Amino acid sequence: MVGKDENTYDVQEIRREFPILERQVNGHPLIYLDSAASSQKPRAVIESQREYLSHFHSNIHRGAHALATQATEAFEGAREIAREYFNASKSSEIVFTSGATDSINLVAGTWGRSNLKSDSTILLTRLEHHSNIVPWQILATEIGCKIEVVDILSDGSLDLSDFNEKLSLKPALVCFSHVSNTLGTINDVKTLTSLAHKAGSVVLIDGAQAAPHCQVDLQDLDCDFYAFSGHKMYGPTGIGVLYGKLDLLESMPPWRGGGEMISSVSFEEPTTFNIPPYKFEAGTPNISGVIGLGQAISWVKSIGVDKIAAHELALTEYAHKKLLTIEGLKIYGTAEHKAGVVSFLVDGTHPSDLGTLLDQLGIAVRTGSHCTEPLMKRLGVSGTVRASFAAYTTFEEIDALVAGLERAIKMLR
Amino acid sequence: MNRTNQVNSRQDEVIDEFDMFSDWMEKYEHIIEIGKDLPPMEEEDKVEENLIKGCQSRVWLSAKLNSQGEVIFSADSDAIITKGLVALMVHILSGSKASVIAAADLYFLEKIGLHEHLSSTRSNGLASMVKQMKMYGLVFSARS
Repeated sequence: MVGKDENTYDVQEIRREFPILERQVNGHPLIYLDSAASSQKPRAVIESQREYLSHFHSNIHRGAHALATQATEAFEGAREIAREYFNASKSSEIVFTSGATDSINLVAGTWGRSNLKSDSTILLTRLEHHSNIVPWQILATEIGCKIEVVDILSDGSLDLSDFNEKLSLKPALVCFSHVSNTLGTINDVKTLTSLAHKAGSVVLIDGAQAAPHCQVDLQDLDCDFYAFSGHKMYGPTGIGVLYGKLDLLESMPPWRGGGEMISSVSFEEPTTFNIPPYKFEAGTPNISGVIGLGQAISWVKSIGVDKIAAHELALTEYAHKKLLTIEGLKIYGTAEHKAGVVSFLVDGTHPSDLGTLLDQLGIAVRTGSHCTEPLMKRLGVSGTVRASFAAYTTFEEIDALVAGLERAIKMLR
Repeated sequence: MNRTNQVNSRQDEVIDEFDMFSDWMEKYEHIIEIGKDLPPMEEEDKVEENLIKGCQSRVWLSAKLNSQGEVIFSADSDAIITKGLVALMVHILSGSKASVIAAADLYFLEKIGLHEHLSSTRSNGLASMVKQMKMYGLVFSARS
């Protein structure tokens, strides 16, 4: 089983591109199984930051000099890389934000505030990360509209009949994650989008966990908004994307005011605003972050996201099989379609204790509620241990996790 | 014994105790034992208002002032390592005067190499518990 996809996928060669994987933690080689929280960075991304800051840093879009031109070209070049990779029809549909959270808040603050009314319904799901719940709760409190929640089945997949039933409420907006950060469930977002559109709803997809792990074709999905973060897909922190269909972006009022997002500013006449995406990019943007994100996308493309996804699927199946050999271990999230995330609990142990002892062995996992408290409540647990995988994860690391767990459990029970 | 030094002498004892362990495993095994040995908290004290919520593990803390003007703490946690650390805190601070607790410098965690448990990334309720213990110290010393 170990290294079964070796013929097509050289994980050791990929690992050599990630300098951080060479380090030791607590006297052990780092085993990084927390990529769903944030992935590590390949040399191409690290180099792009050094290169930009050492050679062509400048403000963009308005300088009358060579550096400004070079920085602007790199910045807009990254936008085009993102457009092409995610197959948006126009680069003006790619708005740079600070991350998926920021993207969702942008939609809540502009489209939501100007389109939702007190009798509107927002439809969410039990699977959502707090970042796809709380912005809507804040907005719903402000407007006085309702939030309805689609339930899940016991395997952690969405309850489609409940989804259909709740669509009969004609929600103005339907928001769901592409991939659950806690359970790894991959939602059939194309079908969900189509069903929601038939009900007349606008659709927002939280793609934070999907962008690094599966091919996202925005025109094929036909969703209205898609949000993701750069740092979960091998890019820098503090950068992300909001994709929005151009007609929606054009109709939305601006969000944050400042430089760049205006067409003309006057005290005598009404101030007018720039066209998308600039209308939503007030102030000097995260130029180095955008360049790094472009490099990260190019890196994923160079490996092939389908190859990465196949590797992660093999890892996930292997992890399920190996973890279940541990007595009293229960896996949460066993949907048929799953990304590289495995959440579990072990009888007689607390997730925080397991996390602490694994850390002593150099194994990085996440423990707790994973910013999905409503999901934890639905599962009847207060938290889990979560191991999550990426392009650089190996089968041997999963073996080490299992051995580490066995050692920790012996100490704790 | 000078009351002002009770907190420090207990900390020094704990530091000596942990000096015996050569590797992390022994150290954690010891903490786990301490956690297991902590007398269970009175059920009446294990209530919502005594709960210090961390992201990962829950910690309960209650404090009472005895007739000698000493603060008596009792505590519990649902995670055993946190419970062991909580027990150490209670052992070190319980039975001292409120003003001593309020002013205590808890250097033992750093000395025994467990200070990372107090960092905000751990979110295990322990850092909040230390703050809460000192807060009880302040409140009780203001009353007396």
